[in-house]
Amino acid sequence: MKTPPRRLSACIGAFALALLGALGALACPAAVQAVDANGQLQDQGLQARFENITKELRCLVCQNESIADSNVELASDLRRQVREMLVAGKSDDAIFDFMTDRYGEFVRFSPPLEPKTLFIWGAPFVMLLLGGFIIYRVARQRSRMPLDDESATGP
Amino acid sequence: MWKFLLPFAAFVALVVLFAFGLNPSRDIHALPSPLIGKPAPAFTLTDVLDPSRPVSNAALKGQVYVLNVWGTWCAACREEHEALLAIAQQHVVPMIGLVYMDDRDKAKLWLEQLGNPYQAVAFDTDGRTAIDWGVYGAPETFLVDGQGRVIYKFISPMTEQIWQRDFLPRIAAARRGGA
Repeated sequence: MKTPPRRLSACIGAFALALLGALGALACPAAVQAVDANGQLQDQGLQARFENITKELRCLVCQNESIADSNVELASDLRRQVREMLVAGKSDDAIFDFMTDRYGEFVRFSPPLEPKTLFIWGAPFVMLLLGGFIIYRVARQRSRMPLDDESATGP
Repeated sequence: MWKFLLPFAAFVALVVLFAFGLNPSRDIHALPSPLIGKPAPAFTLTDVLDPSRPVSNAALKGQVYVLNVWGTWCAACREEHEALLAIAQQHVVPMIGLVYMDDRDKAKLWLEQLGNPYQAVAFDTDGRTAIDWGVYGAPETFLVDGQGRVIYKFISPMTEQIWQRDFLPRIAAARRGGA
């Protein structure tokens, strides 16, 4: 993996920026997540969609962060991309498609429901049914067994 | 019968799952590129060394070429640089550089000091070309065939072993198939 030094430098960079921000020289991107130099989207509805979409997209540099939370440059480039597409009137699906076409399904935190992801989505229900079946079997078996005190009360 | 067979089947399933999931040689961070088999995203940028000179991959249509994404901030790119120079010496395919998230002067200095393995080095000013190519870390090396399709992507520092193992056979196959 080649990114850790970058991640570290991104953190140092964010810290340095935060310091500068405190000095009033620059806005601090760490404090105002997902709202960088361009500021918020004017339209409230678009801004809400922007926040939902960026929370749902994975930052591939720091794979457990969303692009809404990440300070890495790639995340801010992707936020800009999302913002521009929203302003251009693109649908949420079009934006997700744009991202998965380039970065693969992994870029989305929750996989879409489609034939090849059926196993992932279905597994919890299968487990539940299986568990229920096992409990049912065990319970039935035990209900057929003589009670402990019955067998214990001998002659 | 089922009493023994079922746990045994579950055990085998787990062994198979773990053998795949816990395999130490598998890089869990490496992601398959959705671009493989698709047309290479077009770009027209300017050359790092000469801002007046355009660099476009449309000009390379009909040729197998390599696109290497790097930046001066990237330690692993420094690591692979000698290997890239050696590979360029073999003159197998044109190697195009794509400088990503960087400063033009720094990139220029890097090439002047360390040597330039690239036929042309495109400068991605705002990261849009990198997004089109699904770049998320450097170094990344793409192989594009004569029809302009991405046929391989390697993420990590390039070495001559990897070049011989992963790239040369694919280049040969692309030439056979696409000539």
